[in-house]
Amino acid sequence: MDATFKPSDARQVEDAVKWAAAEDQPLEIIGHGSKRGLGRPVQAAHVLDLSDLTGVESYEPAELVLTVKAGTPIAEVENLVDGNGQELSFEPMDYGPLLGVEAGRGTIGGVLAANLSGPRRIKSGAARDHILGMEAVSGRGEIFNSGGKVVKNVTGYDLPRALCGAYGTLAVATTVTLKVNPKPEISATFVLSGLGEDDAVNALCQAMGSSAEVSGAAHLPAGIDGGEARTVLRLEGFETSVDYRFKTLEKLLKPFGQPARLGETASRDLWRTIRDVKPFAGGNTPVWRVSVAPTAGPQLVGLLKAKGDIQAFFDWSGGLVWLSCTDGEIHDREIRAALDETGGGHATLVRADPSVRANVAVFQPQPIPLAGLARRLKEQFDPKGILNPGRMVSGV
Amino acid sequence: MTAIAMPAPDRNVLARRQEILSALQAIVPGEGVIHDEREMRAYETDALTAYRQLPLIVVLPETVEQVSRVLRYCHDNDVKVVPRGAGTSLSGGALPLEDGVLLSMMKFNRVLDIDFANRAVVVQPGVTNLGITRAVEHEGFYYAPDPSSQIACSIGGNIAENSGGVHCLKYGLTTNNVLSLEMVLITGEVIRLGGKHLDSEGYDLLALMTGSEGLLGVVTEVTVRILQKPETARALLIGFPTSEDGGRCVADIIAAGIIPGGMEMMDKPAIHAAEDFVHAGYPRDVEALLIVELDGPEGEVDYLIGRVEEIAGANGATHVRVSASEEERMTFWAGRKAAFPAVGRISPDYLCMDGTIPRRELPKVLARMRELAARHGLGVANVFHAGDGNLHPLILYDANKPGELEAAEAFGADILRLCVEVGGVLTGEHGVGIEKRDLMTDMFSEEDLKQQQRVKCAFDEKHLLNPGKVFPVLHRCAELGKMHVHKGQLPFPDIPRF
Repeated sequence: MDATFKPSDARQVEDAVKWAAAEDQPLEIIGHGSKRGLGRPVQAAHVLDLSDLTGVESYEPAELVLTVKAGTPIAEVENLVDGNGQELSFEPMDYGPLLGVEAGRGTIGGVLAANLSGPRRIKSGAARDHILGMEAVSGRGEIFNSGGKVVKNVTGYDLPRALCGAYGTLAVATTVTLKVNPKPEISATFVLSGLGEDDAVNALCQAMGSSAEVSGAAHLPAGIDGGEARTVLRLEGFETSVDYRFKTLEKLLKPFGQPARLGETASRDLWRTIRDVKPFAGGNTPVWRVSVAPTAGPQLVGLLKAKGDIQAFFDWSGGLVWLSCTDGEIHDREIRAALDETGGGHATLVRADPSVRANVAVFQPQPIPLAGLARRLKEQFDPKGILNPGRMVSGV
Repeated sequence: MTAIAMPAPDRNVLARRQEILSALQAIVPGEGVIHDEREMRAYETDALTAYRQLPLIVVLPETVEQVSRVLRYCHDNDVKVVPRGAGTSLSGGALPLEDGVLLSMMKFNRVLDIDFANRAVVVQPGVTNLGITRAVEHEGFYYAPDPSSQIACSIGGNIAENSGGVHCLKYGLTTNNVLSLEMVLITGEVIRLGGKHLDSEGYDLLALMTGSEGLLGVVTEVTVRILQKPETARALLIGFPTSEDGGRCVADIIAAGIIPGGMEMMDKPAIHAAEDFVHAGYPRDVEALLIVELDGPEGEVDYLIGRVEEIAGANGATHVRVSASEEERMTFWAGRKAAFPAVGRISPDYLCMDGTIPRRELPKVLARMRELAARHGLGVANVFHAGDGNLHPLILYDANKPGELEAAEAFGADILRLCVEVGGVLTGEHGVGIEKRDLMTDMFSEEDLKQQQRVKCAFDEKHLLNPGKVFPVLHRCAELGKMHVHKGQLPFPDIPRF
């Protein structure tokens, strides 16, 4: 019996998982399914579809707190807070363009399960930095609550944060509480042109180390989304403040050349392009997402370009490297060797055929003691191994 | 002794003290093992001083290898371990156990790496919170989380408690500012999490470790994010005739899109105690006093000061002063920062509580607290991290009067239950420890607590690390792991299927 369960409340989720645990029937947990292409392909006979688990439970703009059902579309959540002059400041990326599925899809539960963020990560944190509380169903088929509905709380282990980025392999979130933030009054972008990668990342790191409160720091080398290389820094906030900080950057980065300024619309479009990895959208080349210390970014890319035909651009001040293997090779060994050589980090294969993702370590392999601890944690939440089995690591 | 009971000591372990001592001395040579009762007195309590207990033995390792071997020995020989940093916990997190080894990490006191380009600092866990800022401030940097004990408290302890401080509404708690940890499990295994890069994939064990109150592992190295100091900071001192007016002003500041660097409120008893002590120029004829600090680029701060002044006026403020100099700003803060010792002057003893509430509930909570104060026959003064709803009621009592400590604890428990009742939580930044342990069932169901304890089982199956803290009832891991499955009995007729 291959079934798709579509629960509309937490009790039904609990029933479905209880049944699956009793019958040893693995479940693939999905929202809109927009990120199904991320991670390893799940081997499960049944689907637990949370897209009917929707709705706002409470929203208190003055408290900066929002509680929603996990299957609520992310677009709906963003519209709601936008209408109140607020935003999810972790700026969750939309994998749609890169993975070749419809843009603008996805649920808040999916955003948290993949711990998404965007260019503002370097200032405001990722999804995991904005979760406050969660109601979830463990792989044991038991509902539990953790965290709270206030912005400051250290009562008990921080399970809501720890469940972010677990790709639904520990528990199925049913309701989540998030911290929201005021939306900045304006946004502008400081643009330097024609810099090489080393100079560019040097400029980005200097800006990040200044008091200019930069909320986006990226470098698009020549040929990526345009002809000339662009090194871009985003400033957001009250208009007087943005103008003031633009001048601060002008002074600080004078040796790197004369900047141009992008206004609101051009700035928004540019950062959307960077956030959603649009330079690599539409193709089918293997794409890696590599997280390193910011200053290690250019060196890593240099090492890899010597090994194959690879395109790259940089977000997070140089620390987030998006790599497209234009030669069609996966390059997993070369990428992980280059990481070891440049001080360590994490490389994740985010775009590749399912057959490739089943056979290559999609996420960064872990040392034995850490992998053992992760496996024991999985067993404590999901002893029967029925929640998204194999999504992150084969056999877990 | 007071109301909170610790687990009964293991007679078998007490009887083996000499053998355990010899084994530990073989791992940590010289003065790194303390067993003399007089010397161990220094470790018998933390900042929850109503509770005291001599440990079995104190160990001060100096290397990760020693930490690993001590823990492995304790694991193999069923000896409990209480990790300790600077011992500034307000919730009894570092209270020793009679049958447990106290593992002090204060010899791990070196700054290992300062990387300005990547804004990362690598330190050993015994380095103080302020010590990190001291190491980087010559280049204009600082470490943002600033618990009020920052001169003394260790970064390892900050990890254990997920410490906050005055600035955390804008800059986050410890958990938002940590990049990497090295830790040792009770089995002696050494594990490294994160690095100078962001968001390592795989389970977010950094999140689990931060705020785990010493129950999951012993931290041996920490990498934190540092920030450039804001160009400037200015503060407003705003007085209101009612706490409702003050609360509304806070809500309106946030609704205007302003996240101040700090936003602190004090009630009348706290204002008077502070003013009598440090003469900061606080008005005495107000019910609520708000300090709003705006930090950032000069152009921004000047603009926002004006905005906040307008908002204060619109909310019935009877007293508004803007700091005109750095000296005046420090004076505004002097009273707030001295609030605890100021209260210590008007009362022989006080208990500092730490609940968080939705801010809108503040007037109701203060009113109910006055009723509770009358019922328990004790005074209370309130300081409040107003931006994030974190309330610190200071309960006044005299430990020398029979029954007053018990009354103060009962009053404190009632306040925390009230916080939970209005939608808040038991602790915003001080941790559960032993102090709030027995109140956990007021906030969480049995199933909620069992799932938290299953996390413990993944790290420390024998419950040897800091037992008796955080959880009111200790379940054996074998019992927690049992599943009650009923094969074929769940037709779940209500779930839509396709």
